[in-house]
Amino acid sequence: MAPAVNHAETMPGQISVGAPVKLKVSGEDWIMRGVLVAIGLYLIVAIVLPLYALLSKSFQNKDGTFIGLANFTEFFSTPALSYSVNNSLTIASISTVIVVSLAFVYAYALTRSCMPFKSLFKGVALIPILMPSLLPAISLIFMFGKQGFLRFLLFGHDIYGPIGIVMGEVIYVFPHVLMIILIAMSMSDGRLYEASESLGASKVRTFFTVTLPGIRYGLVSAGFVAFTLIITDFGVPKVVGGQYNVLATDVYKQVVGRQDFEMGAVVSMVLLIPAVIAFAADRIVQRKQIAILTARAVPYAPQPSSGFDAIMTGFCALIAVIIVGILGVALFASLVKFWPYNLSLTLGNYDFSLRDGGGWDAYANSIEMAAWTAVIGTCVVFIGAYLVEKSKGFHTGRAAMQFLAMMPMAVPGLSLGLAYIFFFNAPDNPLNFLYHTMPILVICTITHFYTVSHLTAVTALKQIDAEFESVSASLKVPFYKTFWRVTVPVCVPAILDISMYFFVNAMTTVSAVVFLYSPDTALASVAVLNMDDAGEQASAAAMGIMIVLTAGGARLLHALLTRGLARRTQAWRKR
Amino acid sequence: MSGKDAYLKVENLTKMFGEFTALKNISLEVFEGEFVCFLGPSGCGKTTLLRAIAGLDIQTRGRVEQGGKDISGLPPSERDFGIVFQSYALFPNLTVNKNVAYGLENRKTPKADIDARVAELLESVGLTDQSDKYPAQLSGGQQQRVALSRALATKPGLLLLDEPLSALDAKVRVHLRHEIKQLQLRLGITTIMVTHDQEEALTMADRIVVMDEGEIEQIGTPEDIYSRPANPFVADFVGTMNFLAGTAGANGGVRLGDIDLATTNGPGGIMEGVEDGDAVTVCIRPEDVATRGVTPDTANAIPAVIKTLEFLGSFYRATLRARDTGKTAIRADFSINLVRDLEITEGQDFTIALPADHIRVYGEAFAHADDLI
Repeated sequence: MAPAVNHAETMPGQISVGAPVKLKVSGEDWIMRGVLVAIGLYLIVAIVLPLYALLSKSFQNKDGTFIGLANFTEFFSTPALSYSVNNSLTIASISTVIVVSLAFVYAYALTRSCMPFKSLFKGVALIPILMPSLLPAISLIFMFGKQGFLRFLLFGHDIYGPIGIVMGEVIYVFPHVLMIILIAMSMSDGRLYEASESLGASKVRTFFTVTLPGIRYGLVSAGFVAFTLIITDFGVPKVVGGQYNVLATDVYKQVVGRQDFEMGAVVSMVLLIPAVIAFAADRIVQRKQIAILTARAVPYAPQPSSGFDAIMTGFCALIAVIIVGILGVALFASLVKFWPYNLSLTLGNYDFSLRDGGGWDAYANSIEMAAWTAVIGTCVVFIGAYLVEKSKGFHTGRAAMQFLAMMPMAVPGLSLGLAYIFFFNAPDNPLNFLYHTMPILVICTITHFYTVSHLTAVTALKQIDAEFESVSASLKVPFYKTFWRVTVPVCVPAILDISMYFFVNAMTTVSAVVFLYSPDTALASVAVLNMDDAGEQASAAAMGIMIVLTAGGARLLHALLTRGLARRTQAWRKR
Repeated sequence: MSGKDAYLKVENLTKMFGEFTALKNISLEVFEGEFVCFLGPSGCGKTTLLRAIAGLDIQTRGRVEQGGKDISGLPPSERDFGIVFQSYALFPNLTVNKNVAYGLENRKTPKADIDARVAELLESVGLTDQSDKYPAQLSGGQQQRVALSRALATKPGLLLLDEPLSALDAKVRVHLRHEIKQLQLRLGITTIMVTHDQEEALTMADRIVVMDEGEIEQIGTPEDIYSRPANPFVADFVGTMNFLAGTAGANGGVRLGDIDLATTNGPGGIMEGVEDGDAVTVCIRPEDVATRGVTPDTANAIPAVIKTLEFLGSFYRATLRARDTGKTAIRADFSINLVRDLEITEGQDFTIALPADHIRVYGEAFAHADDLI
C-alpha cells in the first residue's frame, strides 16, 4: 500500500484536508428547507403570535397600557373568580380518577378476558368521540334534570353543578382514556405472564407484578390526558354547570357575557398552566413508555374463565348501556314534541329555521369547515412531518418545527380562540381580513388538532424504511417524486386516519371556534350551544344528533375506505 | 496495482459524532474494477466510511475523490454510485419491474430502452418470471437481487453494498456471494462492500480493509490478511489463531517456556525493534500446526498433552497443553484420518511442531481469553 499522500502540502489550492468539510446543499435540499420553513411560519402565525397577543393582553388594561400583574392580582383577589380555580381542579381530579378507573377495567376486560362481543363493546365505547361535549350534558339534563325520568337516582341532589359536570366529563373523555390504556395493554408481553404462571404466582400477584408495572406509563399518560381534556372542556360545564363556575366557563363569560377581554385573557392564561404542566408530564412519560417494548415480545392470549368473563361482560355491558343510553335519550328527545309531557314523535325539532344559532346553514358551514380542515390540515401536517423526519441536515430548523408542532396540544381551545381574537382582530394586523371568515375557522381548527395528527404522521413515517431517500438520491430521482410515488402510497392508511381525525374533531369542536364565528359562518356545534342557551334543548339535541350522524358517517366511510384499500394493496402490504 | 491511478481516493477522512470520533484519519485507494471489502466488528466505523463515500453522512474532515473528481462535499444526488442496503429499501408499493426501472424513468430514457434494460438486468439475476410481483411476495434472496439490479440499472461507476447478505439464511448467503462476485466480475464495476463476516470478505474481495475502532488495521489481499496479519487484532479477527506468550530470543528465535523456537518471521519485519528478552506474542493458526510424523527431533517440536478433542465434522480441533510451557494451550487441527489411524484420544501424550515459516511473532503482549486453561 502506498503511503497516503497529503494533499494539503502537495496541492496548494485544493481543499485542505484539515479543514472541516462543508456539504454542498443541493437544490432539492433547498426545496425541503423552504417548505419546512413555510410550514414553520404557518405555525408561528397560527399559534406563537396569537399566544403572544394573549399573553400581552393579560398584562394590559382596557386602554392597552401595560399594567404588569394587576389583572392577575385582581383575578386572585376576587373570590368569585378565584373559586373557579379550585372548582376546576376539584372537578378535573375527581373525574380523572373515576374515568381512568372505569376505562382501566373496561380495557382489562377487552384485552385480558374472553368475554363475548368484544368488538361491539369497543365500538360502543368510542361513540362519545363523535359528540360535541355539549351533547352528553344535554342528555344528562333530560335524564336527571327537573323533569328527568331518572331524577330519583340523585336522591335529592341537583344535576346542575359538580355532580352533572363530573358525570358529563367522565362520559366525554372515556373513549380518549380507553384508547390510551388499550394501547398500553396490548403492548404487554405474553411471555411475562407465562413466566409468572410457571413460577407459581397467584393471579393477584401476577396482576401487581406484571400487569400494573407493564401499563403504568399508559395509566399515567391516560390520567394526564383526561385531566387536561376535562379542565379545558367547556361544553359540559356550560350546559350542566349551573352556578358552579369553572375556569373554562369563566373565560366564556368574561368574553361573551361581560366583554371583559383582559380578564378573559387572564383566565385563559391561568387555564393554560395546568394544561401545559399536564402536557409536559405526559411527554416525559410517553418517552419512557417506548423503551419497555422489545421486538421479541409475544402478544398475550387470555384463557377463558367463566366467572371472571361473566363479571367483565356485566361491567362492560353496564358502561355500554350508559353510553348508548346517553345517545338514545338525546335522539329520542330530539324526536318528540315536548319532553316529557308530549312524547308523540315529530321531526319538528329538526326544523332549525325557527331557532337561534344559524339553523341548517350552520350545519352546512360545519361540513364545509370540516372538509377544508381535513383536506388542508392533512396535507400540511403530513408534509410537515415528512420534512421533520426525512430531510437531511438543517437540524435547528427541524427541531424548531418539531417543537412548534407539539405546541398546540398544550393550548386549550378556549385560550386559542381568544388568542385568535386578539391577534387577528388587531386593526394593524395585515391578516386582519381573515377575521370572521371561514378560513380563520379552518386555520384555528387545523392548529388546535395539529399535534395528534403530527404524531400520527411521524409514527407512520418512522415505520417505513429510512433509506428510501438515500436510494432515491443515488438513482438521481428527486425526493418529491419518491415522496409522491412511494411515501404517500405507503402511508395512505395513516393519511386517512389523520383526515378522519381532523374531520370528526372539526365537526364536534366548540371551544376554539366559539369566539371566531360570524353570523355567516355559524357552526353546528356552536348552534347546539346557542340553542341550549336559548332553552331550545330539543333542537340542541337534534343538532347534536346531526353532528353525531355526520361524524359517524365519516368514520364509517373511513372504515370502508381503509378496508377496501387494505384489500387492494394486500399484495404488497403483507408481512 | 500501484501502476494504475486509483479510481476512488479517500484521504485523511475523519468523522465525528459530537465528541465521539467514528473515523480517525482514514486514507485508502480503490482501483477501477476492484472489489474491496470493509471488514470489522460492529461499531468499527466501516458503515460510517461507506456512508461518507456515498455522501449520505458527510465526513467532518478529509477528502474523497472519485474518477479524478473531488466529491468531498457533494450531496449523494450529485455523486455517481449505486447502493444496496442491508434492508434493501425496496419500494413496497412498486413491482419488481418498477423498482428496477425507478432510476431510469427519471432520465428521459425512451420507454422501450427502459424495458429492455430492466429485462436484461432481471435476466442476469434470474428473476425474469418474478417481474410483476411486489417485493413482499419475494424471498429475501430474491429481494436482495432486485435491490442489486435497481442499483446497477443506471450503470453507476461505483457500487456500494452495505451488509447486503447479513439478513439472509446461511445457505442463500453462500450462494448469493458467489453470484454477486460473478456479476461484479462480468460488469467490471468498482465495488465496495461492508461486512462483518470474514468468510464473505475472504471469498469475495480482491482486497480487504480490516477496520477497528475507526482506524484501518490492515489493507491487503485475502491471502495477505489471512496468512500475514499485520497485527494481533487482524490475526484474531480473521480466522482462528493461537496466541502464545513468549519472549524474544537470539537470531530471530523466540522462547516459549523452556522451548526455543526458530522462526523465519516472514515478510513484514514484525520483530523489528524487539530486543532479546522482550515479551512477544507468538501466533500460529491451528491448521498450520504440524501433527503427522512429528518426533521430538523435528524442528520446533513441542511435547504436549491432548486436553480436549472437539469433532467439527471434517476435522477435529484439539486443545493441547505443552508439557514445558506452563499454562499455555495450543489449538491444533487433526484430520479425521490422523485421529483414526493413530487412535488419538483425550489425555494422550502427543508431540506437535510449529513450522518456522508459519509462525508470526508480534512484539507486543496480547491477552486472549481462550488461550488459558
